Amino acid sequence: MSNQQIKFYQTGTLTVGNRLLDKAQRSVQATPDRSNSLDSGHRACQGCGEALGARFAIDAAMRATGNKLIAANATGCLEVFTTPYPESAWRIPWIHSLFGNAPAVATGVAAALKAKGKTDVRVIAQGGDGGTTDIGFGCLSGMFDRNDDVLYICYDNQAYMNTGVQRSSATPPGARTATTMPVGPEPGNDMGTGKFLPVIAMAHGIPYVATASVHDLHDLEHKVTKAMGMRGSRYIQILVPCPLGWGLATHETIKAARLAVECGLWPLFEAENGQITNARKIRRGIPVTEYLKIQKRFAHLMKKGAEERVGMIQAIADENIRKFGLTVHGA
Amino acid sequence: MLKQMDGSLAVARAVALCRPEVIGAYPITPQTHIVEGIGEMVKAGELENCEFINVESEFAALGVCIGASATGARTYTATASQGLLYMAEAVYNASGLGLPIVMTIGNRSIGAPINIWNDHTDAMSMRDAGWIQLYVETNQKAVDVHIQAFRLAELLSCPVMVCMDGFILTHAYERIDVPEQEQVDRFLPSFEPVQALDPDSPMSIGAMVGPEAFTEVRYLAHHKQLRALELIPAINEEFKNIFGRDSGGLIKTYRAEDAETIVVAMGSVIGTIKDVVDELREEGVKIGVLAIRSFRPFPASCLREALRDAKRIIVIEKSFALGMGGIVSTNLRTALGNSTTPICSVVAGLGGRAITRRSLHNLFRKARKDELRGTYFLDLDCAVVKRELAREREKRRSGSTAENILKDVGVVDAANPF
Ligand SMILES: Cc1ncc(C[n+]2csc(CCOP(=O)(O)OP(=O)(O)O)c2C)c(N)n1
Ligand code: SF4
Repeated sequence: MSNQQIKFYQTGTLTVGNRLLDKAQRSVQATPDRSNSLDSGHRACQGCGEALGARFAIDAAMRATGNKLIAANATGCLEVFTTPYPESAWRIPWIHSLFGNAPAVATGVAAALKAKGKTDVRVIAQGGDGGTTDIGFGCLSGMFDRNDDVLYICYDNQAYMNTGVQRSSATPPGARTATTMPVGPEPGNDMGTGKFLPVIAMAHGIPYVATASVHDLHDLEHKVTKAMGMRGSRYIQILVPCPLGWGLATHETIKAARLAVECGLWPLFEAENGQITNARKIRRGIPVTEYLKIQKRFAHLMKKGAEERVGMIQAIADENIRKFGLTVHGA
Repeated sequence: MLKQMDGSLAVARAVALCRPEVIGAYPITPQTHIVEGIGEMVKAGELENCEFINVESEFAALGVCIGASATGARTYTATASQGLLYMAEAVYNASGLGLPIVMTIGNRSIGAPINIWNDHTDAMSMRDAGWIQLYVETNQKAVDVHIQAFRLAELLSCPVMVCMDGFILTHAYERIDVPEQEQVDRFLPSFEPVQALDPDSPMSIGAMVGPEAFTEVRYLAHHKQLRALELIPAINEEFKNIFGRDSGGLIKTYRAEDAETIVVAMGSVIGTIKDVVDELREEGVKIGVLAIRSFRPFPASCLREALRDAKRIIVIEKSFALGMGGIVSTNLRTALGNSTTPICSVVAGLGGRAITRRSLHNLFRKARKDELRGTYFLDLDCAVVKRELAREREKRRSGSTAENILKDVGVVDAANPF
C-alpha cells in the first residue's frame, strides 16, 4: 500500500474520502475481501477508537502477510471486549496470557515458529498504553533489545480504561482520570509527567517505529503494511480516543484524534533504525484548546484560572511541532 | 554413558536429550549452570531447531515459554527463589492455559534476608499453582525425572516443575549415567499439542471466563492432577523398562516395611536420613524412610497405604508456612484423615543450614521418647532468639533482626561490625 496522502476532505465534516482514489490506493477496509480479523459483535463501547484501530491494523497486517498471522494480546479493553468466553471476535489465532507479558509471549510464538521453520507465519503483539508503557515495559524493551521478529502495536487511549480510567504513564499532563482527579490547586495529571514511548522505542535502534491515529486510517494501514514488510522488532503506537475515558461524545472519536494531530499534541512520524524518516506535516494548525474543549477529562482546564496550565499544554504542542518538524502546510 | 559432572550440567544434558525447541533463559543462583550448559550446547549446534532466548527477567522467561508452548513447541526454563516469585503470575497462567512447560527449580530460600542457599520455600510458594511438582533425591534422579517430566507434561497438557535442591544437588559432582539419545527418543515422542496457535485453524487461547464456567475449569485442572497420580507411576515403569532405573513414581520407601517410626521427607535430605536409619537399624531400632517424590499431585492414598502400620511419623521439611507450621505435614495429616498416628513436623535446613546426622540422631531419640510436639525447629538457637526478643522489648528502634542475630552468633564482630 502506498503512502499517498488522501486530499479529498469535505470541509467542515473533517471526514476523508476514500472512494475517489484509484483502486490500488484504497484502504484495506474499502475492499470486500478484507479479512475481518476482528469480527463484529464484540463488546466495545460505542465509538471505541481502540476497536476501530485494532480492526484496521490487524486487517492490514493480514493483507500484508497473506493471512498468516498470530496475535498475542495484553490484558485490557481490547482483550476483554473481544473474548468473553465462550465468544471470540478474533478470526485469527490469538492468545492472551497476562497484562504485562504480551511482548514475551509474542517472542515465544515467534521463536516457536522459527524453530519449526514456519517463516511465513508472522507475529503481532498488542496492548493498551498501560500494558505497554507501564507494566509490560520491561518485556517490551527486552523484545526490542533482542530485535525479536514481532510487530508490537500499542493502542494508546492514554489511560487504564479497562479498570475504570486510571492514570497510566501515557496519560497527558492536566488530564483528569480516576486517580488524577481535578482537586486542589494543581488539578488533573501532574504536569511534566509521562513517557512518550515511540522515542524510547527508537532509542533501541529497532528497524521501524511509527505513530498513527484513527483519524487517518489510510496512513495507519500504510504504516502497518510497511512494518509487516520488515523483519525484526517493530513498534507502532496508535492514538485511539476512548469516548468513555475521555468524556467524548461517541461520534467524536475520529474528530478528537484529528484535532490531537492538528494541534501538535500527537505527532505523526516514522523512524527507521533510530532515525526519523518521515513526519506528517500539520494540515491546518489549531490551538490546543480546540482539542481540549471537546473532552470532559479537560473540562477543569476550560475554567477561569487554568490558563497557565493550558499554556503549558500549548507549549508541549509547540515543542512537538518544532522537534518533529510538523510546521503547518504552507506556513 | 557414565560421566563425572555436576548436577546442573547433568540436567542440561538431560534436557538437551529431550529435544526442546524453545528455551527462556535468565540467571539466578543456583540454577544458572543449567541454562548456561544448554545455551552452550545450542551455540555449539548440538541441538537441532532450538531457539535459546536470553530474556530480561523470569517473568519474561515464562512468558516466552507460554507463547512458544501455545504455538506447539516443546519448551523449557529453569529458575529458583526470587526468580520463581518474580514469575508467579505467569506460573499460574501457564497451568491455567494447560501448557506443558517443563521448568527446573534449583530450590533456594526466599529473602529477606537474602539467602542463596537451599530450602524448599520457593517451590512451596507455588504449590497450589496447578503445576505438577516432582522432587528428586539425587542427580541421577534429576536426569531421569526431567526426561519423564516432558512425557508427563505433554500427555496431560500440564506444566511440570522438577525440584532439585540448590547447591546440594545442582553443584555436586557425581557419576551420572547419561542416557543415549536413541533411548530418550524411544521414550519421548515428539510434542503433539492439544491446542496450537495456527493460521490454518485459528483459535482464541486465554479468553475471559466468568462464574458460569470458572469452577468447572478449575475442577478439570484438579482432575488433571488426579490423573497424574496414575500417570506418574506408569511413566516411571516405562522408564524402568527402557533405562533400567527406578527414579520417579509418587513415593519411595526404604526399610519401611516393619518400621514403627517412619521419617517422611523430600529431596536430597533423604540420603542423610537413609544413613541415619541404617545406623539405627544396626542398633535394632525399627525405623524407615519415605521419600515423597510427587508433592503435587499429593499422593494421599499411596501415603495412607505406606504409613498404615507406622506408630509414629516424623516429617522433615525444608520450609514452613509462617503463622501455621509445616506444610508437608499439614498435607500429610489431611491425607491420613482420621488416623491417630502421631505426626511430628520438623522444620529443618532452612536457608541452607546443614541437616547433620548428629542432629537427626538426637531428633529421632527425642521422637522415640515422645518428646516432640507440634512444630519443632531443628537446631534452633533458642538463646539467640531470646536475646533478640529481649532487645526488641527494650528498644523501640532495636534494628535489623538479621544483622542483630549475625552479631549475636559471632559471624559479625559486634563491637566492630564493618
Ligand atoms: C498484574 C495486573 N495488575 C493489574 C491488572 C488489572 N488491569 C487489567 S487491564 C488494566 C488496565 C489496562 O489498561 P491499558 O493497558 O491502558 O489498556 P486499555 O484497557 O486502556 O485498553 C489493569 C490495571 C491486571 N490484570 N494484572
Ligand atoms: S472504555 Fe474506551 S477503550 Fe474501552 S471499550 Fe470503551 S471506548 Fe473502548
